[in-house]
Amino acid sequence: MKQVLDFEKPIVDLKEKIAELKSFTDDSDIDLETEISTLEKRLEKLENDIYGNLQPWHRVQMARHQERPTTLDYIQELFTDFIEFHGDRSYGDDEAIVAGIAFYQDNPVTVIGHQRGKDTKENIRRNFGMPHPEGYRKALRHMRQAEKFQRPIICFIDTKGAYPGKAAEERGQSEAIARNLMEMAGLSVPIICIVIGEGGSGGALGLGVGDHIHMLENSTYSVISPEGAAALLWKDSGLARQAAETMKITSYDLKELDVIDQVIPEPRGGAHRDIKAQAGHIDAVLAGSLKELASLSADELLEKRWEKYKQIGDYQEL
Amino acid sequence: MLKDFFGKKRKYATIPNEESKIDIPEGLMKKCDKCHKIYYRKEWNKNINVCPNCDYHHPLTAWDRINSLFDEGTFVEWDRQLTTTNPLAFPGYEEKVDKDRNKTGLNEGVVTGKGIIDGQETACSVMDSNFRMGSMGSVVGEKISRALENAKNESLPFIIFTASGGARMQEGVLSLMQMSKTSVAVKRFSDAGGLMVSVMTHPTTGGVSASFASIGDYNFAEPGALIGFAGRRIIEQTIREELPDDFQTAEFLLKHGQLDKVVHRHEMKSLLTVLLSMHAQGRKNV
Repeated sequence: MKQVLDFEKPIVDLKEKIAELKSFTDDSDIDLETEISTLEKRLEKLENDIYGNLQPWHRVQMARHQERPTTLDYIQELFTDFIEFHGDRSYGDDEAIVAGIAFYQDNPVTVIGHQRGKDTKENIRRNFGMPHPEGYRKALRHMRQAEKFQRPIICFIDTKGAYPGKAAEERGQSEAIARNLMEMAGLSVPIICIVIGEGGSGGALGLGVGDHIHMLENSTYSVISPEGAAALLWKDSGLARQAAETMKITSYDLKELDVIDQVIPEPRGGAHRDIKAQAGHIDAVLAGSLKELASLSADELLEKRWEKYKQIGDYQEL
Repeated sequence: MLKDFFGKKRKYATIPNEESKIDIPEGLMKKCDKCHKIYYRKEWNKNINVCPNCDYHHPLTAWDRINSLFDEGTFVEWDRQLTTTNPLAFPGYEEKVDKDRNKTGLNEGVVTGKGIIDGQETACSVMDSNFRMGSMGSVVGEKISRALENAKNESLPFIIFTASGGARMQEGVLSLMQMSKTSVAVKRFSDAGGLMVSVMTHPTTGGVSASFASIGDYNFAEPGALIGFAGRRIIEQTIREELPDDFQTAEFLLKHGQLDKVVHRHEMKSLLTVLLSMHAQGRKNV
């Protein structure tokens, strides 16, 4: 069953009506071709109106769409010979993060990403893509290996956040994320981070320090979920829609704030409509990033990374 | 119980008269937040805001902390001229910042600078939870990053006292990105051979605990300080079970291997002095 978002309802209704008329035409002698073509034109316009004018809250819904492609979907489309490796070597294997190596255009790369489940059973196994400390430590282990073998690192970001649980605190959720931020700052290989769904706060950032940060058009990146922001700021989580606007969390907002490098376009109606087309858009941007970063020496890379982060923020000097 | 029948019930409440109110100057006495014992303000000051009775560590302002550690008159403040803007045009944000600026006399939630502790020069950043809960916005991130760069350039050690509720919501993703920015600065400082000591004080949570607070060469905390990534209420809602009383305290973190040491406020200066002297040799070779 396809998940229909509330704002898409008029489109779905109209599509159903067209399908109805078509089957009616097929089954009887009455010709409704002109009606159908009028409706199809109206559908085209309606789709353009709705998808061409998405509000922040609509994009939040898109980013959370059940059928939205995940890290493993993109890995399959973009890379060859992906081998997944498990475990942080000190506690366990966190399936909320996948990591491994693969070929990208005949060159080996390290690929790491948050991984949501496609159904309830998988979601339980993967903890809904919300990592524990061992997930971040597994990621860091792979990043260090990438540095040793001088492979670029590609991170896919897609999480509601790091898991807020008792065990996570006991094992040092804060330290695990902080360590990744610090170590990623100093890795002498190119790091490219792509937000593909939800970029939830520190849990997203734990895979998010890099040379180039890109976002899919309908993904979000925020310090707190719109619901959380509304509860905290206005004591009413029902104001999430408003918070989504105020908090500036869409790809275009982040581009405007100079936090990300590129907005990667999505097929009309969202990434889930056409995974291959979406992978194609990512491919183009990724290839460009890798090419640009490959020309830099390790020192230049690190200096540019510092320059990049140094300028993020807004303040006055009196 | 039988004795319940004989309970003394007061018919009237005692209200201090106007005269007795006038007799006690404002702020002469201070009550402990935990055990409620009352002591003279002088005694609190002498005790660096630690309760003489129950040892509860009350929050310190950034300047009280600095004065408790640095040799008199040696602390030089950095970047006091940086002030907050309203990058997301968030309703009411400027007013809130102005209010706390007036209340605390600080430009933002952290004081950075350098000074001398028992004859040894060091860079230091002290967060103040009285300023928007010590939350990290662009100015806090910038000041800490600059302090780390200054420390690197001047070959000084870097000590940070954290006190923060986490990210500054009103600056949205720019606040989140201060976590990366400060961490990149820590990495540069650390790679240059610098000594970084992090002392987590009450409270150190969210984005601050998940960035520079947790990545010192030595991570200390004051007794009883609340330290953690996620909020207690959120965790209770998520896992649907009650958490132990000591959950996310300094002692809890120590038990779970997340801290080097819990340090009493009265011992902080002597510990830092020894630690600085033990690393002085290495610095000369940098």
